[in-house]
Amino acid sequence: MTNPTFQAASASLAALPATGLSIRHAVMELGDGDTRVTALDDVSLDVASGEFLAIVGPSGSGKSSLLAVAGALASPDSGTVTVNGQDLSQLSQGKRAAFRLSNIGFVFQSGNLIPALTTADQLRLVNRLAGGPKTFDPVALLESVGMAHRAANRPGQLSGGERQRVGIARALVTGAKLLLVDEPTASLDRARSREVVEHLARQSHEHGVATVMVTHDHDVLGYCDRVLEMVDGRLGAPAPVR
Amino acid sequence: MFLALRELIFARGRFSLMGGVIALIAVLMVMLSGLSSGLVNDGVSGLKSMPVTAFAFDQGTKTDNAFSRSVIDDQQLIAWRGVEGVAAAEKMGVGMANATTESGKQVDLTLFGVEPGSFLEPSRSAGTGLGSSDGIVVSSTAKAEGIELGTVVTLDRIGTKLKVVGFTDGQATFGHVDVAYLPLKTWQLITSGQAAAGTPTAAQLSAVDFHTASVVAVQAKSGAKLDLAAGDTAAGTSSKSLSAAFNASPGYEAETMTLSMIQVFLYAICALVVGAFFTVWTIQRKHEISVLRAIGASTGYLLRDGLAQAAILLVGFTALGVAAGLGLGAAMPEAMPFALEAAPIATATGLTIGLGLIGAAVAVVRISRIDPLNALGGQR
Repeated sequence: MTNPTFQAASASLAALPATGLSIRHAVMELGDGDTRVTALDDVSLDVASGEFLAIVGPSGSGKSSLLAVAGALASPDSGTVTVNGQDLSQLSQGKRAAFRLSNIGFVFQSGNLIPALTTADQLRLVNRLAGGPKTFDPVALLESVGMAHRAANRPGQLSGGERQRVGIARALVTGAKLLLVDEPTASLDRARSREVVEHLARQSHEHGVATVMVTHDHDVLGYCDRVLEMVDGRLGAPAPVR
Repeated sequence: MFLALRELIFARGRFSLMGGVIALIAVLMVMLSGLSSGLVNDGVSGLKSMPVTAFAFDQGTKTDNAFSRSVIDDQQLIAWRGVEGVAAAEKMGVGMANATTESGKQVDLTLFGVEPGSFLEPSRSAGTGLGSSDGIVVSSTAKAEGIELGTVVTLDRIGTKLKVVGFTDGQATFGHVDVAYLPLKTWQLITSGQAAAGTPTAAQLSAVDFHTASVVAVQAKSGAKLDLAAGDTAAGTSSKSLSAAFNASPGYEAETMTLSMIQVFLYAICALVVGAFFTVWTIQRKHEISVLRAIGASTGYLLRDGLAQAAILLVGFTALGVAAGLGLGAAMPEAMPFALEAAPIATATGLTIGLGLIGAAVAVVRISRIDPLNALGGQR
């Protein structure tokens, strides 16, 4: 694995960091028989806290599988995944959900907010799920993504970019130190895409959050501390700009 | 409940439609329950109020209409009096009659011929007891037909005149017809076909050579267990306990079974409709639930939330439907046998909510099978 030149924090492959994400020799195959594909082919990766990593690559290259494995949504066939010093393979199914809730923040495509909830309630729900403080005030967090003025609106009244910013705020409610971001700019125009990724970069730098963003959007890579490319389940340095 | 309540408000259109169906089912439940109680009262309240443990019919009498079909004699009565555990046994005559009041109003009466002063004589809300040969005690519900104390009714065809001397305490009907208690002797005179027009005279009564009646009414000693089979063997009868004898009232079994069947179908419909609604609702929320599960919501939390939502919907709209049903029930026309009783309505309400919840639970359990991995990738 090549050492990237642009790195906010150093990540050594030898020592397991207490925070952030560490994947060692992860292998995962999907499907059966003729349709069997290698989604992850001996993938190793370290993301330190405060680092904003982007992973690019064609569809079906295994990017989503990498997010699923890093986010305790799926287990690799072999290899280990460590988040904030916790080996995920040691966790039972029920404990994984609780672990995700307090340690990992997800930002999905087009926000994936709950249609019935106002912006403030999206954040309150996660706080309640996690058993957070009763005095939790979503406004400060919404302020940090510039969405405080939309606290009482439901997702249907928000633009795509606004929804993504609410999604980012929701992912940070429990103070998660690992943020996994799936194609956040898939349905946004250029200006909105930049804005959203700018927020992601700021949040991860300011709060020391290790962020892994999977994207197709080469326009926004300038905000990232490091960029890796995934091809056929293998992770490596990105090919020169086409 | 955080999410459940907000979704109820957010999707209030869909939930109101579903709630409307639940409320209508509850209205129908109350109506059927009222009709059912009303029909039972109309059919057998005359029997229900009697201090009788069992009725003995002549051996081999067909159950339907057994009261007017059966014929028993004095030997069967005496045999029953000798059975262990029997406190009292009396002959009782049952028959239907059409009659006309002085004002020309036509009324139907079920004639219950009982020995005056015996345990079969009814408790009264007004008037005097049985005694005079032409005195009858009629159901209090007959007042609605314009019958009062002192009204003289003339039996059609034979022309025997009977005078109302008292009213029963509460409704006493049999086979949907008001009961008129009269002395057994008078009943025997009328039934024998030897009665002449006018008020029955002492001479007519003593001349009647007719000693049979319809059934033997048996009262057990308090605390004693009556051996009906032993009594039947000794007396040559087929006896039925009081509640089993309801089936011998005209049309009783057919009516109650029809209504029960409709009610069973309604309960099944309620469970299925609620189940179907929540199945579709859960499928609509599939993506949202996979997102919540990916974020880390526990299956237990999501299941509790979904069930709470169903419970709020069911309890709220069932209560609304029951209230509307009670209001409608109060406005039912007099001619409709309708009685709102607390116990059957509470049972119907409980069953509607309970079975609806079972239907919803079967649908909501789907939540536990939704894969959080669906949250990754494009929106479907």
